[in-house]
Order: sequence, then structure tokens, then C-alpha cells
Amino acid sequence: MKEKSKAMVLSQQEIAPRIYDLWLETALAAQAKPGQFIGVYPKNAATLLPRPISICEVNAKRNALRIVYRIAGQGTAEFSALKENDHVDILGTLGNGFPLETGKGRRCFLMGGGIGIPPILQLAKELEGDKSIILGYRDDNLFLAEEFAGYGQVYAATEDGSRGTKGNVLDAIAENALEADIIYACGPMPMLRAIKRYAAEHGIKAYISLEEHMACGVGACLGCVVKTREVDAHSHVHNARICTDGPVFDAEEVEI
Amino acid sequence: MNTQVNIAGVTLKNPVMTGSGTFGSGMEYSEFVDLNRLGAVVTKGVANVPWPGNPTPRVAEVYGGMLNAIGLQNPGIDVFMERDIPFLKQYDTKIIVNVCGKTEEDYLEVVEKLADESAVSLLEINVSCPNVKEGAIAFGQKADALYHITERIKKKARQPIIMKLSPNVTDIAEMARAAEAAGADALSLINTITGMKIDIHRRCFALANRTGGMSGPAIKPVAVRMVYQASHAVRIPVIGMGGIATGEDAIEFILAGATAVSVGAMNFVDPYSTIKVIQGIEDYMRAYNVEDITDLIGAVV
Repeated sequence: MKEKSKAMVLSQQEIAPRIYDLWLETALAAQAKPGQFIGVYPKNAATLLPRPISICEVNAKRNALRIVYRIAGQGTAEFSALKENDHVDILGTLGNGFPLETGKGRRCFLMGGGIGIPPILQLAKELEGDKSIILGYRDDNLFLAEEFAGYGQVYAATEDGSRGTKGNVLDAIAENALEADIIYACGPMPMLRAIKRYAAEHGIKAYISLEEHMACGVGACLGCVVKTREVDAHSHVHNARICTDGPVFDAEEVEI
Repeated sequence: MNTQVNIAGVTLKNPVMTGSGTFGSGMEYSEFVDLNRLGAVVTKGVANVPWPGNPTPRVAEVYGGMLNAIGLQNPGIDVFMERDIPFLKQYDTKIIVNVCGKTEEDYLEVVEKLADESAVSLLEINVSCPNVKEGAIAFGQKADALYHITERIKKKARQPIIMKLSPNVTDIAEMARAAEAAGADALSLINTITGMKIDIHRRCFALANRTGGMSGPAIKPVAVRMVYQASHAVRIPVIGMGGIATGEDAIEFILAGATAVSVGAMNFVDPYSTIKVIQGIEDYMRAYNVEDITDLIGAVV
């Protein structure tokens, strides 16, 4: 059940330049799944809309949700000033998560690029498969990377070549001669396009998490659509709603 | 305390409805809001055939509001009648279907298909969407074009028709009078105000469509002014909208001359907005000992 409610800040810290790690206390933690997101509301009434931010980690016992986000504008800049015991309005939980059953017992690539890495963490915790975790960064600030240890073999790629493979996540796969039966990925659009191509060439499934500018987050405004191969269930055109039909899609189904 | 209002012979339990395009057909928000409490649900615009809408990005935030250029993506009237109307029929609220089209014939086809649908109380005719190239606003920016399409639709429509007016005109009173003269049963306004946002970092338009319709609290004063001008130019009821977030906002529109109000973009900000507006209206009535909401309609002159 979706709801808009108040969450309390448990902690926040900057873990990389302009990237913040925020733990929130909220009853929504009980229903949160990897790959889902929440809307976070700025208090400033000039910035009205909820900011869609993916769920990085869940601690249902503590009623805690973790989000890791980058400052992208006024709203996220406001969030970065939140301190322990502050309150913030959130909307959630939104979207469908990654399909966990499909990867069960199979060789899985879990791929995250940049600010697309956070949602991969909870996925790594919950997915029961043989996991190769491939993370793509800009430089040697490998935020969150250490936390993936223990959930699978972790590989890093950096654009500047300062750590791991020089290049992107696909370069890391090639360099380490990795193979998989299924891919889970979140990251910038060029990375997701390359993964869609890679999956098609290798005849394997890829589940990719997309983002788009959103208004409502609940499927009403039709702001955040993606072109789809099949006719969509809502409007019977070829536009799925990223917020409610996604944000995770079978790469074959979307035209990106 | 009476909160009932009457639009063209249709009694609403309270004056609060949803702004077309901001509430789907109610399904998505029924998870947050008891639709039985609403005066009416106004559906997202529906055409004779499915429309894919515009490329993305379709939405952008602006100071105190937002721009949208969805382009009236909709499933077409056939799917709408099979799925959306039966869904809404489960609730004790009035159903108002927003009708859009590229040509007059498109509108008439939708209106005719809805003719025998007794669950639909009113039709709202969208001649004011700024985000599609053909139709819609082409009928809503010139008084003679508005008169013509209103007259044709009125002849075919079984339900009373509400003409939804654009604020992107020189003289809103002239447009209101043209619609009334052609037989409109009610008016609703304002639709969104055409705007633009440029991303200065990427040096590109924030919306793929370049321009979009602005909505949200920032446009409220413009909307109140136009509701005042339109409602004082005609005898038919006016439904006011534009940035309504609270009961106080709704009261302001009613005092300006609106018989009913719609909550639009604020649904995206707070999914419980409609209910809060209804409660806020009741709070105002209690605080000022207003026995009958209709005593407030156009009370400031």
C-alpha cells in the first residue's frame, strides 16, 4: 500500500563529493523491495514535486530505509542538509522491484554505474544466485563498493583507470572474462543501452532500471513513459509508465 | 451545513472535483483517497482513438509549480468505456469525462459513444490543451472557432457540456460569452498557461516539446482573476481551478464566482489534497458560520 508519510532521519553523511547516504526511519521499510524507489519531498514550497530516489538498503527490523543520492538540484541540495532526528515527507514505496525469482540459482551479473549503484546493494543482499557484482565509477572514489563484499565477487571499473578496469562495466566483464545467464543493472542511459546490446548478443535476459523526470510517481500523470515493443496495458499505445510499470524492465521490452 | 452545489442540473455532494489529467480515472489515487468523498472525478482527456502523446521529458518543475507537455496520451474511448467507467461506477461520486480530439469529428465520435452511458453525468470538452499541435487549443483561442465546436457538440451530446477554457487568450470574458451563446451548460477554467523552461547547464529545453502548460500554486492569482472575469460575463456556472492546494484556495475561487473547483497539480504534490480541500472548505464554513456554500458563490464583487 502506498502512502505519503513522515520519516525521521536516523543519520546522514557525505560518502563521496555531492553524494549523500541517508538512513530514514519509516514504516514503509516493511514493504520495501530492491529496485523500488520513494518520493522525497523538499520542504521549500517553491520545489513542490517529490524527488524519486531508489532504495539502497532496507532494515525492516529497525524500520529503516537507506537512500544514497547525488545532489542534482535544489531539492536534493535541501535534503543534504538533513540532520539526525529531522523529519522529511516521503511517498512510497513506488514501482516494482527487480524480479528475484528469475535469477535464483543462476549466474547473475549485478551491474551498477555511478548513482545507479545504490539500488544494486539491496538486490545483492536479497538475490539468491551466483553473483558477479560489477560497479562502474568515474574515479577512485569507490563509494559503497566495500559493502558489496560478501554478497558476491566484486569488480570495479573506473573511467579514469585509477582503480580496477579502465573503462566501463562492460570493459570489466571483458577483462575478467566473466559470463552470466542473467543481468540486473541500473545506471546512466548509455550504460543501459550497451547492456541491452550485450544481452541481446549473448542471448540472455537483462533487467534494467530506468529513470525519467516524474511528477506524481504513482502512474497518474503519464509524465515518465518509455517506448515499449508491446502495446502497454494503460494507454494501449507503446508507452509504459516508468514509475508504476517499471522502473525495472526487461531490456528487450523497452526502446532506449 | 450544505456543501452541495449544482452544475447544469447535476448535484455534487461538495464542490470539489479533480483536474483533468491529474488524477487519471481515479484508479491510481484510490489507494490514497476515498473517491466516495469527492464531488466528482474528472477523467483524463479521452479521444476517439488511442493517442501516444509527446516524447519525454514531459514534465519539469518550475518555481511554485510545474510544466507538463504530456500531449494527451490516452487509451481511446473504447478501452476507456470498458475499463475506466466501470471502475468509477463503483463509487458514489459523479463522473465527468474530459473529451479531446484533433478534429471536430473526433470530439463528436467520443460524445456519441458516451451518449447512452448514464453513469457519466457531465462532459468536459477540452479545447484548451496547449501541448498538442492539432485540435484542442486550436478550437479554444478564437471565439468563432469555440462557438462553432461548442454548437456542434451541444447538438450531439446527451449529457450537459462543460467547455474547458484556455487562459492563453486576450479576453477570457469574450471566450466565455462565445461558449455560452453556443449552448455550453457550464465552463471550467483555467487550463494550463503556456510556459517554457531552459536547462542552462545542458543548454537545451527542459521539455522535449519545448513549451508546456504551467500549473501549480504559482498560477493561482491568474486563475482567480480569470474565473472572476468569466463568471461575471455569463449566467452559466463556472468551475474554477488553477493552483488550488487548500480549502482557503477553494473558497477564494468560489468567492470569485466559481460554483465548483478542481484540484489539479497538487494531487502530485500531496495525494490527499482533494480530501484536505474538502475538509478545509468545511472548516471555513464553520469558522464563519456559513450555512450554505452557495451563499459564497461570487460573493465578492
